[in-house]
Amino acid sequence: MTGEMIAFFFLALTAIAGGVLLINLTNVVHMVVALIFTFIAIAGIYVTLSAEFVAVVQVLIYSGAITIIMLFGIMLTRHQEKEKKLPRLKVILTGLAIGLFFLIMYGKIKDLDFGQQNAELHIDNTKKIGIELYSHYVIPFELTSVLLLVALIGSIILAKRDDDEKEAKK
Amino acid sequence: MSSIPLAAYLMLALILFCIGLFGALTKRNAVIVLISIELMLNAVNINLVAFAKYSINPGLTGQIFSLFTITVAAAEAAVGLAILIALYRNRQTVNVDEMDTMKR
Repeated sequence: MTGEMIAFFFLALTAIAGGVLLINLTNVVHMVVALIFTFIAIAGIYVTLSAEFVAVVQVLIYSGAITIIMLFGIMLTRHQEKEKKLPRLKVILTGLAIGLFFLIMYGKIKDLDFGQQNAELHIDNTKKIGIELYSHYVIPFELTSVLLLVALIGSIILAKRDDDEKEAKK
Repeated sequence: MSSIPLAAYLMLALILFCIGLFGALTKRNAVIVLISIELMLNAVNINLVAFAKYSINPGLTGQIFSLFTITVAAAEAAVGLAILIALYRNRQTVNVDEMDTMKR
C-alpha cells in the first residue's frame, strides 16, 4: 500500500462522510458545514490526479464562495429549526431507484481501465492550462465572461425588491 | 505512474453523485436542494479530471473543461439563490413542496 493509496483512501472517506452527513443532519447550517469537508476532500483528490490548478480553484470557488453564498441564503430566509421529512414511502422509493442506478453504473465501471500512459500533467500545470486557455480555447473563455456578466446582472435584477410592487402594497 | 486505478476514482464520483441525487430529490429545503446539485456537479468534475489523466490520450482538455464547468456551476448557484430569495419574498417559504404555483 503506497502513500498515494492511503491519501486517496482518507480523502475519499472524508468526501463520502461529508455527503452522508449532508443527508442525515437536521440543522441546515450544519448540513452546509458538513459539505465544506466534502469540497476540500475533493480538492485533495484533484491533487492526487495531478491537477493542482483545478484543486486550488475548487478550494476558492466551492469551499470559499459557494458555501458562503449558501450560508447567506440560509441566513436571509427563515427556517424551522428541524427540517420536516417527506413521506416515508416516497423516500424509500427514491432510495430504491437511486440504488438501482448505482448498481447499473457500478457494473459498467468496476473494471474499466484504459491502461496508464506516462502523462506528466503535473509539470508546469498552471502554465500549460493558461497557454491552452489563451490559444486553443480562447473563444469559450471569452464567452464564459459574458455568461458571468449575464448571471451577475440577472441575479441582481431577480433578487432586487420591485419598486412598483412596493408602491402597490402601500 | 500512479498506483490508484481509474475505477477507484469513478466509484468515488458515482457514490458522491448518488448522494447528491438523493439529497436533491428528498430534501424539502430549497437551499439544500441547490447545494446537493453542486455536489452532483462536483462528482462529474472528478470524472472529467480522472479521464484527463487516465484516458488513452492523456491531456489537459479534461481539466480545462472542468474549469468551465465550475464557472457555470457558480453562475447557476448565484441565479438559483436569487430566484430563491425572490420566491421567499413573495411566498414566505423555502420549502420546495410548497412552491406549486404553476401546478394550481
